[in-house]
This record gives sequence, C-alpha cells and structure tokens, in this order.
Amino acid sequence: MTETASSFIAKSTIKAADLEHRRKINFNIDKYNATVPLGKQQFSDVAIARERAKNAKWRAIEHLDQYLEHFEKQITARGAKVLWAETAEQALQEVGKICKEKNCTTVVKSKSMVTEEIHLNHFLEEQGIESVETDLGEYIQQLDGEPPYHIVTPAMHKNKEDVARLFADKLGVPGGLSPEELTQVARQKLREKYVQAEIGVTGANFIVADIGGIAITENEGNARLSCAWPKTHIVIVGIEKVIPSITDLALFWPLLSTFGTGQKVTVYNSIVTGPRQPNETDGPEEMYVILLDNGRTNLLANPAVREALYCIRCGACLNACPVYKNIGGHAYETTYSGPIGSVITPHLRGMHEYKHLSYASSLCGNCTEVCAVKINLHELLLENRHEAVVKGESTLAERIAWKAWKASSLNRKMMNMGNGKMKNWVVNKVFKGWTAHRSDLDFSQQTFNQMWAERNKE
Amino acid sequence: MSTRDKILQAVKNNKPALIPLQEIPALLDVTEENPIVKFTAILKNLSTEVKEVDGWDEVIQYVSELKQQYKIVTVIDGVDGIVNDGADTINQSAAALASLDYALIKGPIGIAENGAIWLNDKNLPNRLLPFICQHLVLVIEAKDIVSNMHQAYRKIQVNEEGYGVFISGPSKTADIEQSLVIGAHGPLSLRVYIVH
Repeated sequence: MTETASSFIAKSTIKAADLEHRRKINFNIDKYNATVPLGKQQFSDVAIARERAKNAKWRAIEHLDQYLEHFEKQITARGAKVLWAETAEQALQEVGKICKEKNCTTVVKSKSMVTEEIHLNHFLEEQGIESVETDLGEYIQQLDGEPPYHIVTPAMHKNKEDVARLFADKLGVPGGLSPEELTQVARQKLREKYVQAEIGVTGANFIVADIGGIAITENEGNARLSCAWPKTHIVIVGIEKVIPSITDLALFWPLLSTFGTGQKVTVYNSIVTGPRQPNETDGPEEMYVILLDNGRTNLLANPAVREALYCIRCGACLNACPVYKNIGGHAYETTYSGPIGSVITPHLRGMHEYKHLSYASSLCGNCTEVCAVKINLHELLLENRHEAVVKGESTLAERIAWKAWKASSLNRKMMNMGNGKMKNWVVNKVFKGWTAHRSDLDFSQQTFNQMWAERNKE
Repeated sequence: MSTRDKILQAVKNNKPALIPLQEIPALLDVTEENPIVKFTAILKNLSTEVKEVDGWDEVIQYVSELKQQYKIVTVIDGVDGIVNDGADTINQSAAALASLDYALIKGPIGIAENGAIWLNDKNLPNRLLPFICQHLVLVIEAKDIVSNMHQAYRKIQVNEEGYGVFISGPSKTADIEQSLVIGAHGPLSLRVYIVH
C-alpha cells in the first residue's frame, strides 16, 4: 500500500469515529438538503435542464480545441493576454513573472479551486508576496492554516464558536462574536487589503467561447472587488471550463447556484471580456488569463472517464456522498474531495498514488443521482478500479487471492474440500481483515453436493 | 513547440470522435403572466426592500432626502429632478469610493424568475460602484422586467457593451455554520424601485 493510501485509511478511520466532526458536517449538509429541493422548483423540468447542460458540456469538450482558440482570439483582440500552462509549475512561473513586473507586494484572491490545485498561496509566500483570500470561508481557512474542506463551503467543518475563537486568536478581536459580527470584522480587514493590492487573482466558473469572456458567480462581492479594484487582473482557469455560448449561461448560472447552495441564482454574476478598453472609463489596466492543463488532457484522452470534464464544481456530489459525510473533506488529502475528486484525482495525479480513492465508495450511486450535469460518477469510480487492475496496480496478494478463488470456483472438487469448521477457521482467524468490521462467518457444515444428494434421495 | 501549441495538440490528439448530438427538447421559455409580482416576491425573499411606484416623484424625493444626510452617487439618466453625477466617480480612487454611503443606479433589464437586475458599462461609470458602496439602490422601469434568463440573454450584447453583471440581492454569506449574514464584502443592503 502506498503512503498516500495508508494515510487516507488512517485519517478516515479517525474521522469516521469522531462524533463531534460528524455532527458539524451533518448540521451543515442538513441545511443544504433543506434548501436545494426548493431551489430546484425553479426549473420547469429539472431532468431536461440537467440533460441540456450535459449536452452543452459534451459539445464544448468535443470541440475543445476550436473553442479555446476562438476564446483566445476574441479576448486577445480586446487586449487581454492569454497564457497557456501545461503544469502547475508553469502556471506559477507565469504568475511570478507578472508579480515581478508589477513590483507586487499584495495579492487579493477570490475563491478558486484551481489556485488550490497549483498551491498558489504557498508559492506567493515564498516570493515574499502577501496573498489574501477574500471569500469569507477561504479567509477563515487561511487564518487557520488549513486547505478548504469543501469545494463550495470551505469552512464547513467549523461551527460558529470555532470561527469566533479563531478570529479572537488571530485577529485580536473579542471572543464569542456572532456570525454577523465576524462577517463585519472580515469585511473591514479585507477592505484594507483591497486598497493595498496591486494584483487581483480570480478563477472562472466558465470560459465563454463565443464572446471570448470569463464568467464568475458569487454571493459576497469579493470576486468583483478582486477583479475590478486592482490594476492587474489574473484569471487562472482549467481548460475544461468551456461552455460554447453566452446564451448557455441562462441555464448554467441557475443550475450551478441551485445545485451548489439551493439559491435560484447567486447575488453577483459577472462576465468579464477583457481589461479596460480605450473608450471605457474603468476597469483593470491589464488582464491575463492562464489556461491550465495540469493533467486534464489525460482525462480527455480516456474515453471511459472523459465525461468527468463536464463537472461544473457545484459540490452536490460531496453533500450526497455517505463516505464524504463520515470522513470529511480533509481525509482525502487532495484538492478535489468527494466523489468527483475520487474520479479525477487518479487521472490528474497518478493512478498508482490515488487509486485507493476509487475504493472509498459504496457505489450507491447517489452522486450520479444529484449531479447537475449528469456525470455517471459511480460508474466512473468502478471504471477507475478496473483501470487500476488492468494497469497492474493491484497487489500481489490480491491477484493470488482472485486466482485461487477463480480456480476453486470453477472446480467442484476444490469447492468440496475441507469441512465447515476449517472454512470458518480460515476466514475468521487467518484472514482477520474480514472480521475487523464484521461478525464471524459461519459456513455450512455440509457441502452443496452433500446437501443436493440428500435432498434428491428423499 | 510552444506550450500553447503543445496543449492544443494534446487536445486535438485526445478529443473524441464526433458523434451526432442527441435531440433534447428545449427548455420551456414560459412568459410570466405577471412578471412584476414574481420579481417583487423573489427579491423580498432575498432580503431586499422593493418599492413599486407610479412615476418618478417618490424616487426624486428619496434621492433628495438621502442627499441631506449621506454621501451618495446617482446614475440615473433622463429624469427631470435627478442629477446624474455618475461621471464624478470616473477615476476616483477606491479609498474615496469606500466612504460612499449610497449608490443609486438604473438598470436596463430585470428578471422575474430570480430577481436579478442586469447592469453594464453604460450604467457603471465606475465598475466598483455597486460593490463598494455601503448601500445600493437599483431602479428599474416596469416595462424592462422580463420573465426569465433566456429572454434576458436575447437582449444582451455583452461583447459590445463590455463588462456586465447580474445583481440579485444584497451581498451575503453563509460561510460560518450556514448562518445567513446579509452584508458581506459588497453592499449591506439593497433597495429596488420599480417605476411604472
């Protein structure tokens, strides 16, 4: 077993038994479960909406190269610079170069999973640049020195008392503040940072191909402040985030917010198509869009799991997953947790290191049921297991065990070998792993052949 | 080969063979019988104060009342009795704008199904305006309220108009234990005037 896998098993074992942790997560997810069904009522037909969304993403991925080139052409014509990065390192280098050019000392960041994926904050810190998370949940996590716990609700595992304590510790404010007061503290602290920052970094929820723009959705107003206030705006986005047309947003804005948080639509939905134009009075002077591959073309190359690229990162599958609800977001030790994380991580970061995630599933299929774009998540988990075996990633013991199983199952004589007592001893005592979480097996004292013979005698 | 070409080549090599798309019925584009009622109800649900008024008198009155007490900016065109002083905010520093109490902006499109109001560069002399002010007041003419997002997108030409944003309610967050807090980084409150 790899170290990553044993660490995952150790952490999830601890978390699954941590009742306080489970209480907090279930409290949060229950609130979500109460609002999402109400939000879904806004669709005249949710099933068709999901089907159409999948269709649009299907089109986008089928013509990904043309759409990316078209996007680049359109947005470049309006003065934005498009940079391409094959790896996290290349993306970081590009950001580093821009920061150096601008003599940047402070960066304000809006919430973006892709910047977590490339560990942007860590990189900027090394360069002596202060990188400030401005989404409240991310800000809480940054203060606590933790990565986000959930792709939509970064501080889902903290209750309001935890956050009040953290703010008192790190910011010197009085303890025991209410969520309202804590939010106002963050608002004040972060407004100071916006004034200082030379560069704003955001992700993008969608790359809109036909108009050559990026689309960002949010509730707090921090993403808008991050991309309109500083003189330079850097967007970092995965190449799979393409949708064909701006008119598709009429479906995707409500879909993402409903499946993500249960809202009909989020408060701010912005479309940015470039830096400040000569005839415009306002906007950042420069805009860079970094298109990141970082393993996404591996997923594209694999017809069986390609549809995982349709994901719009709403987080619905996390909230639906019985595994996630018990082990939480940090046990995975990956940027993307939950079912979608278990599907894509082995392809982004290596089957050998991350295949174990595909086994952390009951294959109940709830993730597929709730997916906004109808990705067959549970089948893709099964597919990952299959690929791991085909690639020779299964252990020697497992291979021998299956071989022995197959040989004996095909052979009546071998099936009839040994009595029930011996079988009990082998399964319950020799292969103890079986009984670690299960009661002992009790084999029949007679073989099937014996029983059959007796029955036919009568 | 440049990084760009390498990625595009990888995409070309790896992309699927073209399969004809399956037919899926179009989403229903239902025109609301009374879009204003729906628009109002949804906004009220989003902690927004909605005022439906006949003519501009009440808005004019409200602007002049605010002016006496607060620092305000008004971006409303073509109304006698309201001075559009939006141009003053061009090139104003963020720090100066941060002390702004109220911004009043007229939007070109409102959407009944989710209470969103569209603003673009024509209504935003300074893009920070609707986010940096402490309180936001949006004004929409009753005739400009459409039923749904599909109808709105037929009216929008964002690549010609430049920057644009749909705003639906005051800024908010539920990042702490899912407790809804109105007023995050953007405005602390939103009031919407629907003018007949």
